[in-house]
Amino acid sequence: MTHALEIKALRKDFGKTSIIRGIDLAVRRGERVAIIGPNGAGKSTLFNLVSGRITPTSGEVFLNDSRIDGLRPYDIYRRGLARSFQITNVFANLSAFENLRCGTLWSLGYGYSFWRFLSDMRDANERAEVILEQIGLSRKRDVAASSLTYAEQRALEIGLTIAGGQDVILLDEPTAGMSRTETERFVELIRKVTEGKTLLTVEHDMSVVFGLADRIAVIVYGEVIAFDTPEAVRADARVQEAYLGSPLAMTSAGH
Amino acid sequence: MNTAFIVISLMNGISYGLLLFMLSAGLTLIFSMMGVLNFAHASFYMLGAYFAYSLMGVIGFWPALIIAPLAVGLIGALFERYSLRRVHRFGHVAELLITFGLSYLVLEVVQLLWGRAAVPYALPPALQGTLFTLYDIQFPKSRSFIMLVAVLMLVAVWLLLTRTRIGLIIQAALKNPEMVEALGHNVPRVFMFVFGGGAALAALAGAIAGNTYVTEPSMAAAVGSIIFVVVVVGGMGSLSGAFVASLLIGIVQTFAVALDISVATVLQPLGISVSPQIFGYALLSLTISQMAPILPYLFLVLILIFRPNGLLGTERG
Repeated sequence: MTHALEIKALRKDFGKTSIIRGIDLAVRRGERVAIIGPNGAGKSTLFNLVSGRITPTSGEVFLNDSRIDGLRPYDIYRRGLARSFQITNVFANLSAFENLRCGTLWSLGYGYSFWRFLSDMRDANERAEVILEQIGLSRKRDVAASSLTYAEQRALEIGLTIAGGQDVILLDEPTAGMSRTETERFVELIRKVTEGKTLLTVEHDMSVVFGLADRIAVIVYGEVIAFDTPEAVRADARVQEAYLGSPLAMTSAGH
Repeated sequence: MNTAFIVISLMNGISYGLLLFMLSAGLTLIFSMMGVLNFAHASFYMLGAYFAYSLMGVIGFWPALIIAPLAVGLIGALFERYSLRRVHRFGHVAELLITFGLSYLVLEVVQLLWGRAAVPYALPPALQGTLFTLYDIQFPKSRSFIMLVAVLMLVAVWLLLTRTRIGLIIQAALKNPEMVEALGHNVPRVFMFVFGGGAALAALAGAIAGNTYVTEPSMAAAVGSIIFVVVVVGGMGSLSGAFVASLLIGIVQTFAVALDISVATVLQPLGISVSPQIFGYALLSLTISQMAPILPYLFLVLILIFRPNGLLGTERG
């Protein structure tokens, strides 16, 4: 069992339009993979297919060697894959702590018990505190998520995504809309909290991509045109032509 | 107008308002979670009354008070599971239409089984009579029982929503069902639970209101439009808003019904006598009690014009 996530000949058609046109991708356990590609290439669609929000037209998805395509999102999560969304998706009406508690409860095996009060579920609460500390929001514990800054909300979302202890993490543009310094700190945060986990991230920021990823998958028009180490991808002529338009952009982006 | 009148009217108003809240609480929760305005919600209220009436003859009133809401809650959950969930992918219009259809279905079935006239759903001996008398005005035990049950339900729902795991998930799913599902929660099942719970709550309201007021096929329609007003006035999806609006409408309506004042009677002491010959006499002689039934809808229109998100509603994303 070497692959944490394996995608085989995955296709998604919306009517007559093919959005994902046969993607094969095998991600090793513990690997950090960045998925890049121009707008509309199908990156988010790929995430939605893998996490079960939409059903593939054909093809297969394996998580730790068991097939997950066609399952409901909650089922896929329970099998060990957690994801974040491109648009910040924290629970605005709940506090930072309560947000995280939503993420820890399932994995700790609480059914939908309404006879047990939350305050008695000590392990879930402790775990939520630990994650709060990890993402640097301890001081904002009881602040409603809607009152947090944008960067804090994104950090909270990362916290939510890792809260259940899933070992495959999908992050959809985690640093979108952040300033340069925020992005740098954020990359550090992502690296820290996904230690030992398998990470797939959709990213536009090239410094994040090259700073974080072990391998890069380049998707153009619903197909993977390259999947290799950052150096090899940077040198790939097809990638430079298809994705960046000019060789210069790629060079400057990679420091 | 004396103190006794005010106190009794206020209590009648609160008891009616709390009853409205038991209905609108489920309606507003279902709406904010699933985006569905459940037209059949008042039908569950009616079913609760009829079920309790029929069960009372077999197992007695108090057991019926518990069994009837549970049975209706089960029907609600099954309806969500096998009907509403199937049409969900066709969008909100289809969902709205299917609840609309259900409300007619329930009405016809009720008329077939129990007839078109009111059924003799009587109060149990323990709830007959008056609780107290202020001067000459009586306050019946049954109304205070409605208040008691409603307050207990209110506390129970509040504890459930704020203190328990399922409550946390419900609150989270109110705003963001997709993220909740991405966190491993079986959101469709939570929806079913909320729909069934809302139906059970409505049925409980029906079971305690059916013998205080009247149990008849038109009872669903009578209260159905009012609870929509409550939900809109309070702010779609706002539980606290629904609470405030329920009490407000309950109290306003109760007071209005009791007030026999018209423009004509106000003008009388000022020396202006309004006689039937005067232009607009029909309008000027209208008493507030005659206008009581339209007050909630007037309220609805005004709220929609001046505060479209309702009293305590927040903008929906």
